[in-house]
Amino acid sequence: MLHEYAGKTIETTPDGFLVDSAQWTPAVGEALAAEVGLKPLSEKHWQVITFCREDAAKEGQSPTVRRIAKLSGVSMKELYELFPKGPGKLAARIAGLPKPQGCV
Amino acid sequence: MIETMTAPVQEPLASERKPIEHLSIICSKGTLDMAYPGLILANAARMSGIDATLFFTFWGLDIISEKTVDHLHVPTVGNPSMNIPTLLGGLPGMESLATLMMKKEMEKLDLPTVREMLEILSDSGAKIYACRMAMDMFGRTEKDLVPQVEEVITAMDFFDKSAGAQVLFI
Repeated sequence: MLHEYAGKTIETTPDGFLVDSAQWTPAVGEALAAEVGLKPLSEKHWQVITFCREDAAKEGQSPTVRRIAKLSGVSMKELYELFPKGPGKLAARIAGLPKPQGCV
Repeated sequence: MIETMTAPVQEPLASERKPIEHLSIICSKGTLDMAYPGLILANAARMSGIDATLFFTFWGLDIISEKTVDHLHVPTVGNPSMNIPTLLGGLPGMESLATLMMKKEMEKLDLPTVREMLEILSDSGAKIYACRMAMDMFGRTEKDLVPQVEEVITAMDFFDKSAGAQVLFI
């Protein structure tokens, strides 16, 4: 599916994940977040998004919620407050990464 | 020949179906292999923004009892998936061996322990309840339960708390 985010034409999967994570910019991230009702993004949101992008670049896959809670400095409880509609999919989606494959 | 003019039946797209909003799981078994499915499904629900309610009853109470939570076993007798003869499964040490093997596999996958799963679920906002009748039957009190348990409730309370939920029995 083609979308326009932050003035760029970007292809996503049917459930809204970027097909090419290299097309992501922080402005695209903000547009993706606004789409799921997260506006504006707080400093803590950015801490999670930045961690997800860095971790995915290193590991070659989107981090699971447990991994984010363990390593990003944002706790499990906070993650659910930051992404009430589910940190599992939303953190990766806003960070322009593929849907996480882990179940935990 | 009669020609029918009905339009072909079309499967609705996944995005057009009504999403699950609340998942309510009844956990009635206390073995290690039956503990994880409920815990993992509830966690997956929360990660997807779905409300999750867990009701532990009968042997499921072992999953949330302080004395047993870290010592759940994989049964080697009466477990059709175990692929060893029942008589062998009953030999001393077999159950400990099977349990050890499963725990090793889970460690490889970096799967949290049962206790940690309960902590994750509680942090994620899942609601954890114990069954009043099973508690009375097994002679347990609230002091015997892990701190993540919200409340001891009746089956009727459970249904009240499961309003609008898909109910799953494990």
